[in-house]
Amino acid sequence: MLSRRLIPCLDVRDGLVVKGVRFRDHVVVGAIEELALRYRDEGADELVFYDITASPAGRTVDRDWIERVSRIIDIPFCVAGGIRSVVDARAVLNAGADKVSINSAAVRTPEFVREAAERFGSQCIVVNIDPRRVERSEAGGQRPEEGGGSSEGENWPEHLRVRPRTAPDWWLTRHAADASLTSHLSPLTSWDVHINGGRVPTGLDAVEWAKEMERLGAGEIVLTSMDADGTKDGYDLEIIRAVAEAVTIPVVASGGAGSPQHIYEALTAGQADAALAASIFHYGTHPVPEVKQYLEERGVVVRR
Amino acid sequence: MITIVDYGMGNLRSVQKAFERIGAEAVIASDPREVATAERLVLPGVGAFRDAIAELRRKDLVGPVVDHLAAGKPFLGICLGLQLLFEVSDEGGQHEGLGVLRGRVERFPDRAGFKVPHMGWNRLNRSGNCPVFSDTPDDAYFYFVHSYHVVPDDEAVVAARTDYIIPFVSAVARDNLFAVQFHPEKSQRHGLALLKNFAELNTGVSAMS
Repeated sequence: MLSRRLIPCLDVRDGLVVKGVRFRDHVVVGAIEELALRYRDEGADELVFYDITASPAGRTVDRDWIERVSRIIDIPFCVAGGIRSVVDARAVLNAGADKVSINSAAVRTPEFVREAAERFGSQCIVVNIDPRRVERSEAGGQRPEEGGGSSEGENWPEHLRVRPRTAPDWWLTRHAADASLTSHLSPLTSWDVHINGGRVPTGLDAVEWAKEMERLGAGEIVLTSMDADGTKDGYDLEIIRAVAEAVTIPVVASGGAGSPQHIYEALTAGQADAALAASIFHYGTHPVPEVKQYLEERGVVVRR
Repeated sequence: MITIVDYGMGNLRSVQKAFERIGAEAVIASDPREVATAERLVLPGVGAFRDAIAELRRKDLVGPVVDHLAAGKPFLGICLGLQLLFEVSDEGGQHEGLGVLRGRVERFPDRAGFKVPHMGWNRLNRSGNCPVFSDTPDDAYFYFVHSYHVVPDDEAVVAARTDYIIPFVSAVARDNLFAVQFHPEKSQRHGLALLKNFAELNTGVSAMS
């Protein structure tokens, strides 16, 4: 049986691993190779390296460290950050990465996703989506108030745009069973895809966007909730589940993990295929083996 | 000496580095003459079947690979390198493979709750005594990432199956031919143990090269 994956995420800036809260206020947590080896030895199933400075500065991720990591790591790893062209993707894959993750460039140039998937295979093309909640009053084609200005997605067809959602079946079922399970979840929430490290709203509906990315050849979706990221209050289970049910490719939950229970929820209620986390692993509050044991005791299949 | 066939499909460096890690010398070769004289051949590969077979043909590598197998010399196929051995693949239309093994390559059937690609760590149910698995514990996990799987006509070549949607064939073996759907180079110690067994396989043909 396929095990559920635990994926430590290492945000990289200037050759060091850093950690931020809600996409901001980054502090240094360690050296890249040191953390990569530690996670490998602890039983991480995969690693993601995200160069957080790459996209906003308009440059491509520095590749020296990718070579260094690939020399010492014998588990799969993915590199994200500023990958905008087939040339960028090839360079990162040739440096030793198993996957590349595309975020802003997928919104700006969706054909790039298709081209990269055709060229290198869907298995190595990950699309990272950064959704932010838009409650009903804000939705319906309007842009959320914060962020303002740019609207990268405005030329997209209507069906991809943020709009009020009707309550999904799973919500109605759970609500009928026990209203307290769903009281914190609004069935009318939409999620607006953000790009450039969360700085720019696009007006694209995250669920529809995930389906579009699958259609263009993405092999996996990483969903990083901007509302939950860095809070340690738990993943945004609602968007994870909505996307996991909408696509047939693997979905990785990201943003908000503060405890083993949060990861358990993402893999069960959220129906994610894998869970990505940073701070609980970086600071040693809940190391990978502890989380795996927690999951195993509750019947989730993990690699030991 | 291990020769890794470079036909432009995917990252071969990780395979080479994995062999280096276990102390085996591995070279990457795209020259048909170099492939033709290999002692132990590794055919890796990720990406689309159609492109892979087209690249093998374009680079005149089909002949040397098929001759290597016909001579009974040690061969390890990885991922696409397993699928290419079969007669035909359904990936992106019907495409002819090397036809070294009889059978086809099919997409996983759709089933609710199961994602395709099959991506992540999974286990093997082995059959027979395949020498490359001699150090593999029954509960060992290997890293998979693929949307298509092989369906051999001949049950005797099946060395392992893995459960995902269906019990699909995840490893085949015939004499000195071994091929696996997973990535030993990305499967930590169990993967390295498999590569080491392949590198040290006592075949009786190695003295000839």
